[in-house]
Amino acid sequence: MLFISASLINNIVFMRFLALCPFVGMSTQIETSIGMGAAVTFVMVMASVVTFFIYYYILVPLNLLFLRTISFILVIAVLVQLVEMVIKKFLSSLYKAMGIYLPLITTNCAILGVTLLNINYGHNLIEAIVYSLGVSLGFTIALILLASIRDRLSYSEIPEFWKGYPIVFISAGLLALIFLGFQGLAH
Amino acid sequence: MRNFFKYVVNGIFKENPVLILMIGLCSVLAVSTSVENAIGMGLAFSFVMIFSNLFVSLLRPITPNEIRIPIFIIVIGTFTTIVDLVISAYFPELYKALGIFIPLIVVNCIIIGRAEAFAYRHSVLESVADGIGISLGYIWAIVALGLIREFLGNGTILGKVIFSGFDPAKVFTMPPGAFWGIGLLIGLLKWFEKRVSRR
Repeated sequence: MLFISASLINNIVFMRFLALCPFVGMSTQIETSIGMGAAVTFVMVMASVVTFFIYYYILVPLNLLFLRTISFILVIAVLVQLVEMVIKKFLSSLYKAMGIYLPLITTNCAILGVTLLNINYGHNLIEAIVYSLGVSLGFTIALILLASIRDRLSYSEIPEFWKGYPIVFISAGLLALIFLGFQGLAH
Repeated sequence: MRNFFKYVVNGIFKENPVLILMIGLCSVLAVSTSVENAIGMGLAFSFVMIFSNLFVSLLRPITPNEIRIPIFIIVIGTFTTIVDLVISAYFPELYKALGIFIPLIVVNCIIIGRAEAFAYRHSVLESVADGIGISLGYIWAIVALGLIREFLGNGTILGKVIFSGFDPAKVFTMPPGAFWGIGLLIGLLKWFEKRVSRR
């Protein structure tokens, strides 16, 4: 239930407006969308686990809650670097597939957003992992959908001033309308 | 002093972060459901933007080149935390409406982008001017979007009813309206630019 809610009903891109920069920037081709989606899934799950331990075992006992934002973003930045180095060393084929997307992920607000939401909702460790998996699936779906639409758009005739970003946003709005329909699933 | 204004104006139109550079869109789309929220978010953003530009520029002589990005993040994170605590203490309603997007100012690509592209390479005064310009550009974009969405979706502006016979389309305060609104704004800006440059 949490998984479906995170991926479809409260889709991270369309309902919560997180991760819009990669959503608009990386959705030009279907292959890059899949690569980006895989990289985000990987980092998001790891970040959720690590920040979970940091929050409940370091920040709460020491009463340092006001350091939450800073410590989380630094952890994510370090984590991304670490993941990049490990993958480069041991899994070079995987690195070739998603290496270029990894540095971009530090400033992907969905990662920090999900770790903060995990805390706000009071998820336990299992819930946090399921939630981050659901969110990243939702992100990947959104990216692939928009990439497919942009593929078609490039062959159609568009009025001059709507070319480029405006038409992309209008299409994204229509997609968001469709995702609004999933809200019926919650009842 | 002339340069000061040049940098300010640059941020408002030519390098408008939201409508031209297309960065930092998350917070703009999410909190522009009403004009009031938009103004609150704009001010919170401006505070972090101006002060982080100022401090990145001040710390420039002692910042080692290799670890400049973590230093930017710490500077930005500090000011974000200040804003977060101040708003939650004095404006609890606004804090509720903006929610997670205040801590998320720290990963706002505009601020870190300007730190890297501008403040790290310019003097303190110029960096502050750039911070003010970018902030004004951000504020006008988010308030314009807030106006469109609050008026079309709720029939009001700043909570006041404008036309009594107007039947609002609720969808504009919901997520799809945000995407349409920003698409519309960018399209209009392109059209306007073309008209100006043709003269």
